Amino acid sequence: MEIQMGASRPAAAGRTLYQKLWDAHVVAEAADGQTLLYIDRHLLHEVSTPQSFAAMRAADLVVRRPETQLAVADHAVPTTHRDRPIADPDARAQVALLERNCAAFGIDYLRIDGPDQGIVHVVGPEQGFTLPGITLVCGDSHSATHGAFGALAFGIGASECGTVMATQVLWQRKAQTLRVTFAGERPAGVTAKDMALALIGQIGASGATGFAIEFAGEAVRALSMEGRMTLCNMAIEAGSRTGLVAPDAKTFAYIRDRPRTPRGASWDEALAVWQMLGGDADAVFDRELTIDAATLAPQVTFGTSPDQVLGVDRSIPDPARLPPGAERAKLERALAYMGLTPGQMLAGTPIDHVFIGSCTNGRIEDLRAAAAVIGGHRVAVGVRALVVPGSRAVRRAAEAEGLDGLFRQAGFEWRDAGCSLCVAMNDDRLPPGARCASTSNRNFEGRQGVGARTHLMSPAMAAAAAIAGHIVDVRTVGA
Amino acid sequence: MIPLVTLESMAASLPDADIDTDIIYPARFLLITEREGLGRYAFHDRRSAADFPVCELSATDVEILVCGSNFGCGSSREQAVWALAGLGLRLLIAPSFGEIFRANCGKNGVLAITQPDEMVDRLHAAARAGERFSLDLVRCTLDVASIGTVSFPVAEDVRQSLLNGWDETARIRALHSDDIDRFEAAQRKTAPWLWTRADAPQPTDIQTGVSHARRPLA
Repeated sequence: MEIQMGASRPAAAGRTLYQKLWDAHVVAEAADGQTLLYIDRHLLHEVSTPQSFAAMRAADLVVRRPETQLAVADHAVPTTHRDRPIADPDARAQVALLERNCAAFGIDYLRIDGPDQGIVHVVGPEQGFTLPGITLVCGDSHSATHGAFGALAFGIGASECGTVMATQVLWQRKAQTLRVTFAGERPAGVTAKDMALALIGQIGASGATGFAIEFAGEAVRALSMEGRMTLCNMAIEAGSRTGLVAPDAKTFAYIRDRPRTPRGASWDEALAVWQMLGGDADAVFDRELTIDAATLAPQVTFGTSPDQVLGVDRSIPDPARLPPGAERAKLERALAYMGLTPGQMLAGTPIDHVFIGSCTNGRIEDLRAAAAVIGGHRVAVGVRALVVPGSRAVRRAAEAEGLDGLFRQAGFEWRDAGCSLCVAMNDDRLPPGARCASTSNRNFEGRQGVGARTHLMSPAMAAAAAIAGHIVDVRTVGA
Repeated sequence: MIPLVTLESMAASLPDADIDTDIIYPARFLLITEREGLGRYAFHDRRSAADFPVCELSATDVEILVCGSNFGCGSSREQAVWALAGLGLRLLIAPSFGEIFRANCGKNGVLAITQPDEMVDRLHAAARAGERFSLDLVRCTLDVASIGTVSFPVAEDVRQSLLNGWDETARIRALHSDDIDRFEAAQRKTAPWLWTRADAPQPTDIQTGVSHARRPLA
């Protein structure tokens, strides 16, 4: 059970997948416990790299291995009228700067009017850029998404983006390991998103800080690659930079024959190694947590931190029942911002916006799940609902299946690919006081627009809310 | 990076837990592609609140912010650190930090140190009372009159980088180029598929089966 990737250290018995990936990428070790870690792949987007390129120019540096970098604009791009120049001059300049920087430094760039553009964390796997056994970084906190393929992937800042481009390494400190086992079988109406939110609710928004999470158990193995990406994507919302799922036949089937996946003899050689890539049976984790997936209900956030989450069949908690202190203050502030009353049922809360998309839930399976809920109904009067595919490839696939027609006929807006209302950097922004059922990953204050209120949930739950006009338990909706 | 060895200043207090990087630096200002001058956007959407404690930071010589737990959680945006540094902050103290944010601090001459909840509560009180804090990064101590001398843990690499104002990229290139070369030579043999382009002259469109040419990688 050894991955043979340049590791010269002796094989230690009982290593976790994280430890194996780490050991295989050690370039040097410092006396203080830091490791100089080799980085195999770097995904770039327009927001976290302008300053990285500026620093490289100032130091007269070149990109050490341009072929290990892939760039795409996603955060600032509009999701309408992509055949025209970007209307917002700042966004237009930022996207143009990425394109210029990539041309100057020899980095492959997926144009926003080209077929392959999309959110970095959707595009990487789609392109076969994300592979098992590699280290992958991106100037984006949701980089753990790629851990779904058994890749050691984590988010970094702009300074580190520059360091990776110039040196292909980063100084890192090994995390402790946390295995989260989802035992049992997911009930109908419960998705990977609900598993992620339930975990965050249980351990808190900093519950896994300092830990690399490895997801295991029957309910994780049963997830599609899309579901595993959703699960790993949310690791950062529990404080962890890294989420991992050991690769298996589903992983290999997903990446096979993608544009950048190894081919022919190279594929066979890689596959033989990937098939051996997993944690040892006797590996010991620093922490273990088991969640019974069979007991989960669809999850909905009610506050301004992803750990303020409950089953949709529950009611809003009362801060007065908490002892005075930071937790109580956090809850009071969140409920004031969200305009919610203690004791109020989550289900039945009226919403006026719906967002289906993001690197968490913008993949084809997510759009299928949302479309399946429509069942001939229409978006409720007074609700504006956006469907924003995670990539242009997802958009084409959905159109090939006729999903765009289903959404449009029901009154959803069918958009082009980008981060859109997950980060509200482009022109998709909600007005103050708007309440949104959203498939994105953060319900932070102002995340979808100044004063806007976000309820995180799964794609099916968001689609059901669009039709009902309020938060509703998708398990009670006939489709 | 400007070295950080000692500093003495009053401190501001922001005790809320889970102050995320969207609060520190709202996303709509991420369209700015510079890293200088971002202090004016720090906590932009909270500044209008009358009780917000950090409004006037840029107009003072306060270099220290005492924070709540999980400060800087969320997005990896380094603009959050550039904005705090733009306010003149060099030292952040909290029970815990978002990991990526904390790593970003160390690259920008900002020291982020943790203390137990009870000590952070006392530091908030001292900050609100207008006491002066003295940091000594050589000795890894913080002196506050009403509390005394507080020792803090700090990773040695972060400490050395701050003390010396090192640039990480330049330092890696100077000290570890041979290590990187050696690693790459080994990986070429053990994982050659990471070193050859997928040779597919007409890759098939991943979702729809439509063929389209792709620009070569290198």
